[in-house]
Amino acid sequence: MGEVKGFLKYDRLEVGHRSIEERIHDFSELDLPLTPDEIKQQTARCMDCGVPFCHGAGCPLQNCIPDMNELVYQDRWQEACDLLHMTNNFPEITGRVCPAPCEASCTLAVNDKPVLIRHIEFQVVERGFKEGWIRPQPPAVSTGKRVAIVGSGPAGLAAAQQLARAGHTVVVFEKDEKPGGLLRYGIPDFKLEKHIIDRRLEQLSAEGVEFRTGVVVGEDFSTRYLRKRFDCICLTMGVGEPRDLNIVGRGHENILFAMDFLKVQNQLCSGELVESEATESISAKDKTVVVIGGGDTGSDCVGTAIRHGARQVHQLEILPKPPESRPPETPWPMWPKVMRTSSSQEEGCIRQWSVMTKKFSGRETRVTKLECCQVEWVNEKGAWKVKELPGTDFTLEADLVLLALGFVHVTHPGLVNDLELKLDGAGNLVVNDYQTSEPGIFAAGDTVSGASLVVRAINSGRQAASAIDNWLKQNR
Amino acid sequence: MTLKFEDRGLYEVRREHDACGVGVAANINGLRSHSVIEHGKEILLNLHHRGAAGADEVTGDGAGILFQIPHEFFKAVCADSGITLPEPSQYGVGMIFGPRDEALRNKCEQVLEESLRYYGMMMLGWRDVPIANDCLGKIALESEPTVRQIFVDGCGLEEKVLEQKLYLARKRAEKLVRKKFGQEGKDFYVASLSGRTICYKGMFMAWQLFAYYPDLADERLTSALAIVHQRYSTNTFPSWQLAQPLRCIAHNGEINTLSGNRNQLQARQAKMASEAFGEDIHDLLPVLTPDASDSACFDNVLELLVRAGRSMPHAMMMLIPEAFGAGYHISTDKRAFYEFHASFMEPWDGPAAMAFTDGRIVGGTLDRNGLRPCRYLVTTDGLLIMASEAGVVDVPPEKVRQKGRLRPGHMFIVDTGEKRIILDNEIKSKITRQSPYRRWLDENRIELRGMFDIPKLAHTDSETLTKRLRWFGYTREELKMILLPMARNGQEPVGSMGNDAPLAVLSDKPKLLFNYFKQLFAQVTNPPIDPLREGMVMSLMNFVGKKPNILTESPEHCRQLKLPHPILANEDVERLCTAKRNDFKVARVSAVFDANVPDAAAGMKQALAGLVDSATKAIRDGASLIIISDREVSETKAPIPSLLATAAVHHGLLNRGLRGEVGLIVESAEPREVMHFCLLCGFGANAINPYLTFETLEYLQLQGQLPEEMESTQIADNYIAAIKKGILKTISKMGISTLRSYTGAQLFEAIGLNRSLVDEYFTGTSSRIGGIGLAEIAKDVVTRHSETSSSLQQPGLLSLDYGGEYHFRHKGEEHLWNPESISKLQHAVQFNDQKAYDEYAHAINDQARKQYTLRGLFDFVPGKAVPLEEVEPASEIVKRFCTGAMSHGSISKETHECMAVAMNRIGAMSNTGEGGEDASRYTPEPNGDSKNCAIKQIASGRFGVTANYLAHAKELQIKIAQGAKPGEGGQLPGHKVTAEIAKLRHSTPGVTLISPPPHHDIYSIEDLAQLIYDLKCSNPGVKVSVKLVAEVGVGTIAAGVAKGNADEVLISGHDGGTGASPLSSIKHTGCPWELGLAETQQVLVMNNLRDRIRVQTDGQLKTGRDVVIAALLGAEQFGFGTSVLVTLGCTLLRKCHEGACPFGISTQDPELRARFAGKPEYIIRFMLLMAEEARRIMAQLGFRKFEDMIGQVDRLKTSDAIDHWKSQGLDFSAIFQKPVAAEGQALRLTSQQADKLEDHLDWQILAQAKQTLESQKPAVIELPIRNINRTVGAILSNRIVKKYGEEGLKEGTLNIVLRGSAGQSFGAFLVPGVTLTLIGDSNDYLGKSLSGGRIIVKKPDEAPFRSHENIIVGNTVLYGATSGEVFINGMAGERFCVRNSGAWALVEGVGDHGCEYMTGGLVVVLGKTGCNFAAGMSGGLAYVLDEAQLFDTKCNLDMVELESVWKDEDKDLLHEMISRHLELTGSERAKYILEAWPDMVGKFVKVVPIDYRKALEKMRAAEQRYTETIPATEEVFPWVK
Repeated sequence: MGEVKGFLKYDRLEVGHRSIEERIHDFSELDLPLTPDEIKQQTARCMDCGVPFCHGAGCPLQNCIPDMNELVYQDRWQEACDLLHMTNNFPEITGRVCPAPCEASCTLAVNDKPVLIRHIEFQVVERGFKEGWIRPQPPAVSTGKRVAIVGSGPAGLAAAQQLARAGHTVVVFEKDEKPGGLLRYGIPDFKLEKHIIDRRLEQLSAEGVEFRTGVVVGEDFSTRYLRKRFDCICLTMGVGEPRDLNIVGRGHENILFAMDFLKVQNQLCSGELVESEATESISAKDKTVVVIGGGDTGSDCVGTAIRHGARQVHQLEILPKPPESRPPETPWPMWPKVMRTSSSQEEGCIRQWSVMTKKFSGRETRVTKLECCQVEWVNEKGAWKVKELPGTDFTLEADLVLLALGFVHVTHPGLVNDLELKLDGAGNLVVNDYQTSEPGIFAAGDTVSGASLVVRAINSGRQAASAIDNWLKQNR
Repeated sequence: MTLKFEDRGLYEVRREHDACGVGVAANINGLRSHSVIEHGKEILLNLHHRGAAGADEVTGDGAGILFQIPHEFFKAVCADSGITLPEPSQYGVGMIFGPRDEALRNKCEQVLEESLRYYGMMMLGWRDVPIANDCLGKIALESEPTVRQIFVDGCGLEEKVLEQKLYLARKRAEKLVRKKFGQEGKDFYVASLSGRTICYKGMFMAWQLFAYYPDLADERLTSALAIVHQRYSTNTFPSWQLAQPLRCIAHNGEINTLSGNRNQLQARQAKMASEAFGEDIHDLLPVLTPDASDSACFDNVLELLVRAGRSMPHAMMMLIPEAFGAGYHISTDKRAFYEFHASFMEPWDGPAAMAFTDGRIVGGTLDRNGLRPCRYLVTTDGLLIMASEAGVVDVPPEKVRQKGRLRPGHMFIVDTGEKRIILDNEIKSKITRQSPYRRWLDENRIELRGMFDIPKLAHTDSETLTKRLRWFGYTREELKMILLPMARNGQEPVGSMGNDAPLAVLSDKPKLLFNYFKQLFAQVTNPPIDPLREGMVMSLMNFVGKKPNILTESPEHCRQLKLPHPILANEDVERLCTAKRNDFKVARVSAVFDANVPDAAAGMKQALAGLVDSATKAIRDGASLIIISDREVSETKAPIPSLLATAAVHHGLLNRGLRGEVGLIVESAEPREVMHFCLLCGFGANAINPYLTFETLEYLQLQGQLPEEMESTQIADNYIAAIKKGILKTISKMGISTLRSYTGAQLFEAIGLNRSLVDEYFTGTSSRIGGIGLAEIAKDVVTRHSETSSSLQQPGLLSLDYGGEYHFRHKGEEHLWNPESISKLQHAVQFNDQKAYDEYAHAINDQARKQYTLRGLFDFVPGKAVPLEEVEPASEIVKRFCTGAMSHGSISKETHECMAVAMNRIGAMSNTGEGGEDASRYTPEPNGDSKNCAIKQIASGRFGVTANYLAHAKELQIKIAQGAKPGEGGQLPGHKVTAEIAKLRHSTPGVTLISPPPHHDIYSIEDLAQLIYDLKCSNPGVKVSVKLVAEVGVGTIAAGVAKGNADEVLISGHDGGTGASPLSSIKHTGCPWELGLAETQQVLVMNNLRDRIRVQTDGQLKTGRDVVIAALLGAEQFGFGTSVLVTLGCTLLRKCHEGACPFGISTQDPELRARFAGKPEYIIRFMLLMAEEARRIMAQLGFRKFEDMIGQVDRLKTSDAIDHWKSQGLDFSAIFQKPVAAEGQALRLTSQQADKLEDHLDWQILAQAKQTLESQKPAVIELPIRNINRTVGAILSNRIVKKYGEEGLKEGTLNIVLRGSAGQSFGAFLVPGVTLTLIGDSNDYLGKSLSGGRIIVKKPDEAPFRSHENIIVGNTVLYGATSGEVFINGMAGERFCVRNSGAWALVEGVGDHGCEYMTGGLVVVLGKTGCNFAAGMSGGLAYVLDEAQLFDTKCNLDMVELESVWKDEDKDLLHEMISRHLELTGSERAKYILEAWPDMVGKFVKVVPIDYRKALEKMRAAEQRYTETIPATEEVFPWVK
């Protein structure tokens, strides 16, 4: 424990961002890291609780947060870095993009400001890379078992690393040009610069993980081939199907799924794409952009659009505006449904809540206007229903509409259908201890749970790896 | 007579305790007369209140009298029976209890006669002792033996030889009867067989002894000395044999170390030889009668030593030595004597007032702590009366020559041959110089040069270190929370909140064998010791090596290695092994086994057998020290758990009669925390080298976890110091002073080990629910070993598991309080959310997969369900609920009041905890809420206990022990004593407050009865409850509590919460309440005591299911502590001891207190939700009324769902055993305790003071007083505070003058306006919790003795007094003004430990003081007249400073006090001092606590600042008198 009553002595410092004027002109990361002294003070706020909710209730990876804080406080950064890696394969990623449920469940969050956990994690891992503490850990012996991993998002990569370290031969198949999945193609650079992923992939490669990119399993080669060549398969291709908004006018060509919009920008940033007419056509420059969907992806669209030089950005959310402070429905230590403003939203966007889009209208192939109305939510026999409020109709000008409404489920055609895997009501894979209905075929991440946080995906990948390892041991 | 004295259910016979009153009457001139017997009778009758009666109130626990053989009387009565007696001392007389079956009795008697013949004596005849059994109660009658006397012709044997032969013959007969008739022969008992003394005793109350034996009334029956004894047993199982006196002694107290003494005596038996016995010695073995009581065993060994040739005082000094540490001013010869004897006899330790006689001398001695009172009086015509109390024999004041008391460790003898009293100094200087012990020691004691010099750390590389740490199951948490704090601070680490992790046997994690044991601790029947403030009595010194013949003495006896303490550094072992000496040889045996053997259990078993064989062989080869080592652990060799290896060798050698041949040293990587060392010592280790911890600490320093600037020797030294302190603390919890008597004493209870394992390796240890065996232990070891050997990665970080034993961690140990259970409970109460409560209760109750508690493994036996609406409503059930005792101090005012309000609203009870209560809370709030706690606690510190406090309680709870730290005291450091806290506790802000480990008025069961009586006087009609902690034997204590007239007994589980406790106490002391409660219920019912006492339980109770299970096991009330705090916002940070609670609960910081967000509603919802859950279960089980459920233990069974490799070996049948209750006998409270206040003296006072009480008209009342008039003034005080509040009456209103000897607790709780003037003397506890009144004790004018040299008041005067004044015209006993916080007292001399733990007030001593003055004194002032200029050597200077009296204000104050003393008592001493004042004042020493001085200075500064802004007349600091 840092300091008794440290939390009274030191206030929580928030991580600073580059100024809006500066940052909206580039795609580089925003954070201005705290100084080492500031970090030490922040760790001193941690009380090393007898029941650490951050670790026990907040963090899906069960990071040993109090211990990490203590090590940092004692200036034992390398051990902190090792400790972090004991539960988390990619702290540099969660340290950047995790919404930090650990902080929401920090004991101090009950009536004070929580410990600055995520940023401490970020600092620890970045220091680890800088000092060269994070090195490949190739296995001492090889088991000779072969595992195929389909999809290289956080779940797939975590599973791959764990399995490779356990001595198995791991091949990761990725349909895109580079591994990383949504980390690479979904999250904008201003939140996660892609060399961060590359840096980690080098470690994975050095530990023996083989990457086969640009291949679609089930198309480029058959699942039969895969089954024959590998002792087991782990499906971590995420939920490919975005949720659509099937209303009149959906067919206009300037209505895009958020992911399509974000991916292009990410490819532009990395140089996989060069600016072209095609990329130009979906650029938000000088446009009025309407983002439908108030979540994180929506925010990413907002930030990206602003960086394109959009004239105006609107963001619509069908749910009501959340309260400023923690509502009783989500008491501590739960994730609080409160009003949050992302860095992108800060950069300038007009947000509206309780808004339903009823119709797109436009000229020819391009949408110019959204017809919307206000809604209210009513509880009917325990189920929430949305109800239009009469007389609240309004219209919204738009040159570009981005749909950030979440995702429905794993893509069924191809692999999933070929293997005849059992699906749950939501269309995701049914698993038992990470094993699908097909013996030897495992699944993890969003594929199983539906779209969720990166941190959950990492955890899921780790758990699946452990299940696979056990399965391989038993099926020798 | 049928002895139904056997283990049953959870009850174990050997857990019985007794204590008592003891007395001696003697004619110093050796003149025999019947009046000595009459005096004995008078003593007994007047000690009646110290004894106890059984459930029928007619059966006594035992009484007896031992005196010289009355020759004239026997000559006459024998003539009547046709027996002709030889001349005096030519014959012996036996007092024999026999079986009622005549044939069997004849056979037994024949055995005795044959034995006598064998030793050359002849039976002269038998006499049926006349009896009158119509005075007996049913229980005594049912077990009444035949009582016959045998007369034995000495056939010309010389007197001393005759005694020896009679002894041999008796032992032979006892042995043969046991052998021939086994259990049946148990009723044959020789009460005495001697040519000098005879004992009449039986299962009596005092008066029955004399009614039953008409002999005793016969004028012809004469003696010059008599020892009498009145027993108070915790049970009422019939036993005539347990009555005392025994053959040589009568004992008031308890031998705590009995099991160790037994084992060690057994080890030494093999070598016993004596010229006196020659070959016949085998008749004497075993020395100790099997299954005999502690006192009887002591009598056995004393008798052996005396018959073998030592004088009785010498033998007494061997067995009950004084403390002889550096803190005592004793002669070098005496110190040498004690050290010499320490090399072959460990103390028989425990509270003891021992009266002894060999027929010629009669004497008394006290244990080193002086924990039993013993007062004596000598008359001008040569009569000595010595007894547990003063005033037991009425002696006119003018005939009193001397009044005194036995001091701790001191002895007193009347030699009727020499016709004089011999005092301690003379007795001991003679004995200690009868051989040149000092030279013997110097020339023979082995002390290796360089050993214990400077311990060092040892070096290893991280890789092998990590591997070894994993082999031995170390965790990161242990390194961080146990090892590092010890290395850093030299202290055992402290934690808070209770233990909610599973018992070892329920845990899925591999556990060290250590974790299957729980420490035992002293409660009620003997007190724990304060190892800090009274450390001078404690010792870790030991001698190891070959033990000599204890029946002789020679220089070679002490040729053994002397160890100052049992922790060896690595180089100490090295030095031992390399020393080349002829007189001691070291052998090493290896405690490892083949890790790859297919059957690990068999492998380990074989290795254990091999270990004992190797040890045996080493002994045959001449070894005197054996090192049991696990250094050979490797990839292929796994370690045998060190405790198992040690216990196996210890018991193996004991069985082979070889244990006395060697010392055992354990060299192991495994022990690291205090508990481990204690266990190893307790199971036979003489010294321990924890070699791996020294290596680990070095590594931790290299890693930066210990400050670089710390010397490595400092680290090692700190670690050793912490372990040493921890061992002292652990043994002191059990009331044991020396490690010598703790070694091998096995003061542990096993939980979760199976019978065969325990019988084989831990012989004699209680293990009541079965559990795992060798197979599971071996599995744990092998799993750990193989996992370690296979995967080892990340050398940078010690890749150990976190552990999670103390703090919750995923994949660590499970905890019942985890994020889920805490948040669900909070959601349930905050939003009144039934669903959340159900989820919470499910998380706690459903232990099918994860097991936490014993009750989690219980299931209900289904019954015929009843409709829910017919079940008693929740609003009624909650009235049985209480909150746990948490003081305002440990928790904030807001929290404390919130609980009181909540509980009062629903008719339940909240508990003040120790620390007083603001009197403003006695007035209800405008909205009708009341903040007055229904239960007020009385704990060892007595903080805030005043007449007013007591008067506002519904229930008074005596806290004997607390689940988290039974047997320990507490300390509130000065910085936590805010002005608010100080006010409540009647102390000074900033001054440290210490709660001592024992209650200084409860050293035994009869003392507890006295405190219960005091409290009932303080508030007639109040219920008194006694809080105990579950451990094996708690049921027996509870029975004693019931007999002591308590209305309730609370059985706390070991897992209860705490604001601060050493971690080893939180984890390893006491047992689950399921065991303690079930045992209590069984023993109370068996003793037919259950109907009169209510039973409560607490300790991690969390749900309605817990409540129902507790009820079925026998509880009618239920306490909740931690769970209530959780409803108020606590999330178990376990930081209470830091005072940094972010929820404003366990903190006094105003900033944090402002965060308190709890509401009474939350508590109320929780209580109701739990009660509803209980109702639902009741409906399913078919109980409509809650009370119908109590004690219906047959409705519980073991859950079928258990399928766990460890817990499946558990057997709960002993818990589920329903006690056999006689027809119509209750299983719950159905009646009430007898009213014992009827004949209280205060009723007479009140009758005379009626008018004064109504109108405050001054009055003087005069009355006589006797020692049976106890707690005089308390009822009066209660009446006054009820009418006038805490201010009482106006100064000088009521003056009560009493003449005679006052009973205990004279003037307890006395309130302002009342003066008690006692002309005569008083017993213990004078002025207990004095609350403003005045007490004057003066010697009668006609008494010839000098007041300042005679004891006029007893021990423990002014305990917990808060205000008032006391003037004593004479000396006081031990612990004068202990924990006084405000009273002013003047006394003419005090015993040891004066002003102990004092926090305020003023003491003036005009005469001698004993040692250890001012120990733990954090506040108040004392002025001591130091004529000999030696006071500084007797004062404990840890917390105080001494200065001379030079300031005028000091001089004036002192002069005024002494002048008043003269005025009030007419003291000659005061007069003498005042007359020579200018000469005398310089001889006074002023004692000022350091803390207190600082606090005063601070307050004066504040006062000055304050007075600048307010009118000077306002009284700002009322404590400045």
